[in-house]
Amino acid sequence: MAYPPQYRYTKEHEWIDVRGDIATIGITDYAQHELGDVVFVELPKVGAKTATGKSFGTVESVKAVSEIYAPAAGEVLEANDALQNTPEKINTDPHGTAWLIKIKLANPTEIAGLMDAAAYEAFIAEKSTEASA
Amino acid sequence: MESVTSPAITALRKTPLNALHQRLGAKMVNFGGWDMPVEYPSSGGLIAEHKAVRGGVGVFDVSHMGDIRIHSGKVPGGALAAVQHISMNDASLLAIGQAHYSAMLYPEGTFVDDVIVHRLGTDDYLLVINAGTREKDIHWVRSNTKHFDCIIEELSDAYTQLAIQGPRAVDVVQKLTDANLAGIKNYWFTHGTVCGLKNTLIARTGYTGEDGFEIYVPSDRATSEEIWAKVTDAGRAFGIVPCGLGARNTLRLEAKMALYGHEISDKINVWEAGLDRYCKMEKRDFIGRAALERAKAAGLTRTLVGLEMIDRGIARDEYRVCNEAGEPVGVITSGSPSPSLGKNIALAYVPPALSAVGTTLLVEIRAQKCKAQVVPTPFYKRAKKSAPQSAKPV
Repeated sequence: MAYPPQYRYTKEHEWIDVRGDIATIGITDYAQHELGDVVFVELPKVGAKTATGKSFGTVESVKAVSEIYAPAAGEVLEANDALQNTPEKINTDPHGTAWLIKIKLANPTEIAGLMDAAAYEAFIAEKSTEASA
Repeated sequence: MESVTSPAITALRKTPLNALHQRLGAKMVNFGGWDMPVEYPSSGGLIAEHKAVRGGVGVFDVSHMGDIRIHSGKVPGGALAAVQHISMNDASLLAIGQAHYSAMLYPEGTFVDDVIVHRLGTDDYLLVINAGTREKDIHWVRSNTKHFDCIIEELSDAYTQLAIQGPRAVDVVQKLTDANLAGIKNYWFTHGTVCGLKNTLIARTGYTGEDGFEIYVPSDRATSEEIWAKVTDAGRAFGIVPCGLGARNTLRLEAKMALYGHEISDKINVWEAGLDRYCKMEKRDFIGRAALERAKAAGLTRTLVGLEMIDRGIARDEYRVCNEAGEPVGVITSGSPSPSLGKNIALAYVPPALSAVGTTLLVEIRAQKCKAQVVPTPFYKRAKKSAPQSAKPV
């Protein structure tokens, strides 16, 4: 699956799509693949605050629980509640319809520190080599 | 996201099929010191693997399991006496070709490990043990059978063990062997030619709650890969898929089969685990018996129950269980979504007073206390067939 060039990525495998001071956040295709079949999602309520690098929710597969870390600080404007009934969408469309939350960025400039698509793809390629060594 | 699968480390032990799993693109995990496949994306992943076993057939590499043979020394009967001393079921009831579930116990009546005991011959037994407890088990068996006239052989590395599981497993294995599988009942075994390999142990056993077979073939890599390929070829018509430890866990949990380190351990005794029917107090003395007698007289302080989540949330291993007032009363030993039932299920130790079916309990899931209910177990039971289907050998 392609990594959209306009997104930015974290080492914890979240993506963030910034439009002005509004950002959409999700987990990457690599992340959903590592997790396996996603069966449960827990997301924050509208109005909750996210803090950079801090957990804002969980995604669970059959075998494991994963914390999701915020790529940026802000206030939650919307959570993708449709995922409660269709968590498996995270496996099939992680970069699109299975976004997790939209936030109003507290500090839009902090996005500059994240990886672009090319850097992220290099980062996960290195991880796969480690794993198979 | 945190990475859930730790990268393989070279120090991990590998089965003879490790390279094959890698070629199949399996996700590998460290399981009790072994580099094992947890799921195969090429099979469709854990849920697809689970459903293949419930509805058709799947194949598992379970070569990490250990094998200990106990057979006669100079005088016949020494092996049986040794097996009787170190395990809680009554091995004197086994016919040649029959196996049963049993356990080795500490003097405290708690678990060294659970085992499948196979009676191979007149005074000849094969104990199949867990991977994570191999060294401990073999040491335990050797040190506790010193005074018996028997020979202990560790055969763990001699076998590649494949589990072919599911309602169509019999059809798949029958294509590969001259043995008449219709004549082998659940928990019986035979020796037959499998894929040209003479005298292969074929047991109607498994850890999935489904019908199935476990076969034991020589552990060299070439033979192991060849047999795997022949099993998957023979199974193609029945939709066979390679299955990993992830599906093995959800399958055994639905069937309420114990997992060492979870439902049973050196801290849990036989009565608490609810394994009474495999413990034969009426046979002669065995290690752990005296403590179990005392424990029975003292009464239970906790017991294993099945839970089904009512609130949204998945109970996981080691989560706390509370009573309705919110006071901690127990712990989850295994918890997972159940692919067969479409519900979130768990096993937990709770006080007997809170173990009745229908009792409401609360499971602490992160910051929340989520409602769950005690339900009958096993969660899943396979439909009984009136007669085993006979398959034509091909």
